[in-house]
Amino acid sequence: MSKEQPAAAIELVGVEKRFGRQTVLRDVNLSVASGKTTVIVGASGEGKSVIIKHMLGLVRPERGEVLVFGSNLARARKKELNRIRMEFGVLFQNVALFDSMSVFDNVALPLRERTKLSETVIRAKVREKLDLMDLIDADDKFPAQLSGGMKKRVGLARALMLDPKVVFFDEPTTGLDVSRSNEIYRLFHKTQRQLGYTAVIVSHDVPKIFKLADYVALLAEGKIQGVMSPEAFQLSEQPLIRRYVEETMGPIYSSAKEESALYEPA
Amino acid sequence: MNLAKPFEKIGDSCLGFLEQGGRMGIFLFACLLNLVKPPYPLFPMIRQAHFIGVRSLFVIIFTGAFTGMILALQGYYTLTKFGSEGMLGSAVALSLVRELGPVLTALMVVGRAGSAICAEIGIMRNSEQIDALECMAIDPYKYLLAPKYVAGILTVPLLTAIFDVIGILGGYLIGVVLLDVNGGTYFQGMYASVDWQDIKMGVVKSLVFGLLIVWIASAKGYFLHRERSGGFGAEGVSRVTTDAVVLSSVAILVWDYLISAIML
Repeated sequence: MSKEQPAAAIELVGVEKRFGRQTVLRDVNLSVASGKTTVIVGASGEGKSVIIKHMLGLVRPERGEVLVFGSNLARARKKELNRIRMEFGVLFQNVALFDSMSVFDNVALPLRERTKLSETVIRAKVREKLDLMDLIDADDKFPAQLSGGMKKRVGLARALMLDPKVVFFDEPTTGLDVSRSNEIYRLFHKTQRQLGYTAVIVSHDVPKIFKLADYVALLAEGKIQGVMSPEAFQLSEQPLIRRYVEETMGPIYSSAKEESALYEPA
Repeated sequence: MNLAKPFEKIGDSCLGFLEQGGRMGIFLFACLLNLVKPPYPLFPMIRQAHFIGVRSLFVIIFTGAFTGMILALQGYYTLTKFGSEGMLGSAVALSLVRELGPVLTALMVVGRAGSAICAEIGIMRNSEQIDALECMAIDPYKYLLAPKYVAGILTVPLLTAIFDVIGILGGYLIGVVLLDVNGGTYFQGMYASVDWQDIKMGVVKSLVFGLLIVWIASAKGYFLHRERSGGFGAEGVSRVTTDAVVLSSVAILVWDYLISAIML
C-alpha cells in the first residue's frame, strides 16, 4: 500500500505456517489499514481462514510476525493476547454461537464476563444491539431454533458487543440466499459507519464483496499476491490476480485498455 | 518393501503417545491453576455440581442398593459355611467403604457425566465455540473447565458416601430382613471393624477418581482437533467420547490398585 494510506491496524510480516508436512502459508505479508475494510479472497483451501486465525492469535506462525496495534501476537503472552483480543469482534464462518444458551445470553456473554456492568445496564445494551439487528423477538430462542441469516445476525450482535476496534468476518454470507446476504452486508455497512471499526473479511462472494471493500488481497500459492483497491484489483496485470478475476468474474472489459487507440491523441 | 517402515510406525506411535501424555499433563496443570486462581464463579460451579452430582443420584442409589444386596446375599452364603453370619455387617461395610463404593460410583459417573462432559466440550471445539470464547478474551480454562473440576472433585466423594450408606441399607434389607441375621449384630460388627483408616481410603480414592474422570473427559474433548486419528465431525466426537469412557474406566481401576497398595 502506498505511503499516504492510513496506518496499519494489523501487519503480517513474512508469516509461514505448516500443518504437519503441509505448508499452508509460505511468506505472507499483509497490511490491514486502520478504519478500512480489507477483503481477503482466494480459492478454497488456500489458507484464508488460517490468516484470520493468526490475526486472532488462535494460531502461531512457524516464522514471521503478526503485529496488531504494534504488539507481536506470534510471541505475545496470554495476558497481552487477552488485552488485544478485547479490541476484537469475530463473526465465525459457522457463527460459533453457544448452542446451550439463548440468543440473549449469547449476546450478553462478553459483557457479563469481560465487564463489571450491572445486569440492568447489560440488559439495556443487549436489547439495543438486538434491536439494531432486528432480533428483538428472538431473544429467548436458542441457536438451533434460528435460521442461517438470523444466526449470522446474532453472531454480528455478539461480535459488536464490546465496541471493537477490529472486526473479523470469516465467510459472512456462506450458505445464505441473495436477500439474506444483502441483509448482512447492509448491517455490516451500517454498523461500520456507526462504530468506525477496521474490518477484515474473508469471502468468496466475488464481485459483490468488492462493493464493500476498500482493499482487496488475493491469497494464492501461500502468499498474498497483492493488496489494492477493488478497481485496481479487477484490472491488475499480475498473472495470478488476473486469472482469479477471470475465473470468478469472467474477462473484464476496460475501456481504457481495450479501446486505448480511441483515447490516443491524434 | 521399505524395511524402515515398521520402525517408523512404532516411532510415530511412541511420539504420538508421548505428545498426548505431555499435552494432557500440561492441560491438567493449567486447569488446576485456574481452579485456585480467583475469581471463583459460584453459579457455574453449582450448575456443574447439579449436573454431575444431583443428576447422577438416581443411578447411584439404584446401583448402591443392589450392590449392598448382592454383597449381603453372597456374603451370607459364604459366611454360613464358616458359621460366621455375624460378620455380615462388617463384610458388607468394609467391601463398600474401601473398594466397591468409590470404584462403582466412579464408573457410574464416568458413564453418565464423563461421557457427557467429553461430548459437550468436543462439540464446542468442533463448532469453534472454544475459539469464540478465546476471541472474546474469555479464558476457557477458567470459564468452561474449572467449574467442572470443582464439581467433579466435590460431588464424587459425596456420591460415594451416598452409595456406601445405601449399600449398607441394601445389605441390611437382605441380611437382616430376609435372611434373619440379627440386626444388632449386623451394625455392631460394622461398628467394630470399620475404622477411620478405611473411611480415609474411600475418601482419597473418590477424590482422585473425581479428578481423573473430569480430567480425562475434558482433555479428550478439548483436544479433539489434535487427535491423530482425525477428530472432526460427529464421528470424531463419538470416537473421543468412547476413548474417554474406556480410558477413564481403566485409569480408575489402575489408580484403585495403586492407592490401595500405598495406603494398606
